[in-house]
Amino acid sequence: MEWETVIGLEVHAQLSTNSKIFSGSSIAYGAEPNTQANLVDLGMPGVLPVLNKKAVEMAIRLGLAIDAQIAPKSIFARKNYFYPDLPKGYQISQYELPVVANGHLDIELEDGGAKRIGITRAHLEEDAGKSLHEDFHGKTGIDLNRAGTPLLEIVSEPDMRSAKEAVAYLKKLHVLVRYLGVCDGNMQEGSFRCDANVSVRRPGQPFGTRAEIKNLNSFKFIERAINYEVGRQIDLLESGGKVVQETRLYDPDRDETRSMRGKEDANDYRYFPDPDLLPVAITAEDIAAVRATLPELPHVRMQRFMDAFGLSHYDAELLTQNREVAGYFEAVASGCNDAKLAANWVIGEVSKALADNGLEIAASPVSSDALVELLKRIQDNTLSNKIARDVFAAMWDGEGSADEVIGRKGLKQITDTSAIEAVIDEIIANNPKQVEEYRSGKDKLFGFFVGQAMKASKGKANPAALNDILKKKLEG
Amino acid sequence: MSISAEEVKKVAHLARLAVPDEQLEGYVRNLSNILKLVGQLQAVDTAGVEPMAHPLDMAQRLREDVVTENNHREQYQAVAPEVENGLYLVPKVIE
Amino acid sequence: MSQADSIHTLSLKGIRDGVQSGAFSVMEATDAYLDRIERFNPELNAYITVTRESARAQAVAVDNRIRKGELSGPLAGVPYSLKDLFCSEGVLTTCASNMLRNFVSPYDAHVAEKLKAAGGVLLGKNNMDEFAMGSSNETSAFGNVRNPWDTSKVPGGSSGGGAASIAARLAPMTLGTDTGGSIRQPASFCNITGIKPTYGRISRFGMIAFASSLDQCGPMAPSAEDCAITLNVIAGLDSRDSTSVDLPVPDYTASLNGSIEGLKIGLPKEFFAEGLAPQVGDVIDRAIKEFQAKGAIIKEVSLPNSHLAVPVYYVVAPAECSSNLSRFDGVRFGHRCADPKDLTDLYERSRWEGFGAEVKRRIMIGTYALSAGYYDAYYLKAQQVRRLIKQDFETAFAEVDVIMGPSCPTTAFGLGAKKDDPIAMYLEDLYTIPVSLAGLPGMTFPIGFAADGLPVGIQLVGNYFEEARMLNIAHQYQSWTDWHTRLPAKFA
Repeated sequence: MEWETVIGLEVHAQLSTNSKIFSGSSIAYGAEPNTQANLVDLGMPGVLPVLNKKAVEMAIRLGLAIDAQIAPKSIFARKNYFYPDLPKGYQISQYELPVVANGHLDIELEDGGAKRIGITRAHLEEDAGKSLHEDFHGKTGIDLNRAGTPLLEIVSEPDMRSAKEAVAYLKKLHVLVRYLGVCDGNMQEGSFRCDANVSVRRPGQPFGTRAEIKNLNSFKFIERAINYEVGRQIDLLESGGKVVQETRLYDPDRDETRSMRGKEDANDYRYFPDPDLLPVAITAEDIAAVRATLPELPHVRMQRFMDAFGLSHYDAELLTQNREVAGYFEAVASGCNDAKLAANWVIGEVSKALADNGLEIAASPVSSDALVELLKRIQDNTLSNKIARDVFAAMWDGEGSADEVIGRKGLKQITDTSAIEAVIDEIIANNPKQVEEYRSGKDKLFGFFVGQAMKASKGKANPAALNDILKKKLEG
Repeated sequence: MSISAEEVKKVAHLARLAVPDEQLEGYVRNLSNILKLVGQLQAVDTAGVEPMAHPLDMAQRLREDVVTENNHREQYQAVAPEVENGLYLVPKVIE
Repeated sequence: MSQADSIHTLSLKGIRDGVQSGAFSVMEATDAYLDRIERFNPELNAYITVTRESARAQAVAVDNRIRKGELSGPLAGVPYSLKDLFCSEGVLTTCASNMLRNFVSPYDAHVAEKLKAAGGVLLGKNNMDEFAMGSSNETSAFGNVRNPWDTSKVPGGSSGGGAASIAARLAPMTLGTDTGGSIRQPASFCNITGIKPTYGRISRFGMIAFASSLDQCGPMAPSAEDCAITLNVIAGLDSRDSTSVDLPVPDYTASLNGSIEGLKIGLPKEFFAEGLAPQVGDVIDRAIKEFQAKGAIIKEVSLPNSHLAVPVYYVVAPAECSSNLSRFDGVRFGHRCADPKDLTDLYERSRWEGFGAEVKRRIMIGTYALSAGYYDAYYLKAQQVRRLIKQDFETAFAEVDVIMGPSCPTTAFGLGAKKDDPIAMYLEDLYTIPVSLAGLPGMTFPIGFAADGLPVGIQLVGNYFEEARMLNIAHQYQSWTDWHTRLPAKFA
């Protein structure tokens, strides 16, 4: 009999604020240990938290983007447990009445269908510090710079039925949070981390006991960890065993999950409303103000790119993964008035060059305006596509605008038919054997003549004109 | 209403307090008496009463997202029991 | 200098005027109090730390600024003390606990900053019940405080050291904190005036928390006028405490002389029922009659749920404290046990050794009340009854302007009398706790002495943010009586 996999995901997205959620410390990554931990972050006696307004706005922003309800009154609670990287002995989080509830995200399935994944809630909380286990005479070192960094915990319904669906959901959410500007999505630095609740059951049966896999920080690992865990649970059940509700850690080196021991007694968190923080009131005006600043959402923009520009689903999706890329593309498309040409270039040359150099589009040496200038030279037949790529490379290297590069290097395409005719006449004269074979029906040789002509013109001959003239002359 | 020695031990561990065995009984007695006192609440009819977490019927005041703090590590770590290279040290944490 | 011998009998206004006119210097005023501390504190144990050196340095600086005309405010050159749970930068701040026995605060509490900026001179830090948990000042890790009116008696608590300091004039003013009566009860036991303002009126930043939804700082001094002057300096919004209230702060001294004719005073019948010692009740009755004679209208009101206040408090306050005190874990500050063998050992032994018995009891009760399976029955239930108690006050204030009654059921009790009986100790606060739960302002001022010769204070409760009215009423009473000026013979 078949097993059905059930997956729910909890994503911790670090919010892109300047300061911490409850204090005025910087959240910049990579500072010297404990230099960004102030009195409040250290939980010194007598200090009090004061909530960062921007963090609340960002939570609302995500809530609106996933069609969720924004709580008019939201409550902060304390989650009590002892751990050295948790300075106060409690984490300020939300329990009842989170800022965001009942949203959803639609993912595309491999068969082309769509599926709606419910998002139960998204709540604000503070991050903990870091424990460093390198050797300090057999002790652990605590760095509290990260303590108090604002997090939005986004909790899905157990709606996913495979590791692939889970990854599709995560990628969609990853695109969305970056699009909204609420999270930089940097998984390496832990800005976007995920815990997966995984269980299996016989179809139609109630949910099985779940295991929670902690701190998965790449899409690849998430897929592998879930698949491993599903296999483990099925093996266990089929051999008559039972799944234990527990927290497990994925080990990418051994590609397995393993139980985290010794955490079982930390489970009574004694949540209660934080008496230092009054309820947060979010008015309809507050929500409207955030809504007014929302960008066009990725799935809406993708649909528009398909409808308005006639792009394929694939191209449209690629171009809307990132808000800056989509903006760049739109600028190029409207500048050159040819969306397909623009799409080919942005997905092709531009993305490749960015990837090769590890750059974001905002840092591209070739601006959208500069690219438009280049593409216009293709459109007016000054350049072939091939030569245009060389020009692009020169522009990328800072050699000037498209026209400057073309002028300096003499790359202007030959559209003068008499010049092309002269080149072709010479080739026909020099290759009598091939001409004869062609004329006796060996059509495939046409490519040979094109190649020779292009080579002779150093690639500058206008391909369309060259084809025309060559055909005429050969048919002679 | 009373609390057993087992429960006191459990609560003490949750609160990270190491009750020595010889003092356990005293805590059981005192805590049971306190629970008896607060047990009076059980008889009160509170149907439909909204819990009051806070005396002020107001909304929270928020702060602007501005970095206002700078590094005071040395000053703050002067009161710490054990630090090295700017890190607070604790006995080895096993993950 | 003849005046130096009597500086301690001056009001805050008298000290301020004295240093401004040059009748005596800030240094002389400071020394006058430091000398009295040196003389009397060994017997009273009202101070944990005396900041003699920094006080004298501050006195020099303030003297200079006054001479240059830079400083002339109402607290310029006025010495004061602080309960030892207000963080004072560079000064030992212990909360009367072994946990913080060596804790030199790296920062100033909001109110400490305010008093410093106003030109006050910090004399030292007052003894208290450990982490403000207690009603007799006997839970202090630094020894109990004695009541200046009878040194075999307790001064009350938790602001017992502050109350004793004021009663014996070892400071002209101090700041205490009140969570369930910790300003009002010791003020009553020690014949001084103390006010716990509305919750949120004064910033809690830098005040080491006991129970966050109840804690409020307030001045303690001989007179209502002294309290008004101090409140003017420390009340108001603080961006570092999001529960501090953004409402204008009135000049509390401006309305002190207003008439109380026609004032409607409510007497909660539940506060005069069984449990109130007759000798205390007699003194209260007499004071009420005096108010009546001055034109106040007396009316009986009812607070039908007030008998539930102590049970509610002993769920809510321990629940909050169990969480608030989790930060004392031996990692970043405070006591760390010797040679911890692992992390759990570090936590469990540091905390066991650092906290005293009453603190540990409350942490355990609070942990229990919040734990899985008990939350609804204890914590949530207590929150609901808390609202019923608040609603009782709202009903009463629809009919009267203020509420009056006893601050405590008895006069100061003997040292050790209730030390081993937590429940008896908790019931000490049955009249003050309801006010704290509602977040209302409450104050105590001296109204005479009971048959046993010990002082009695009356409790005055106002509606939210009506501190000015309350101070006005107390000041009027003090303008026709002199109880508040009386000193225990031994410390005159």
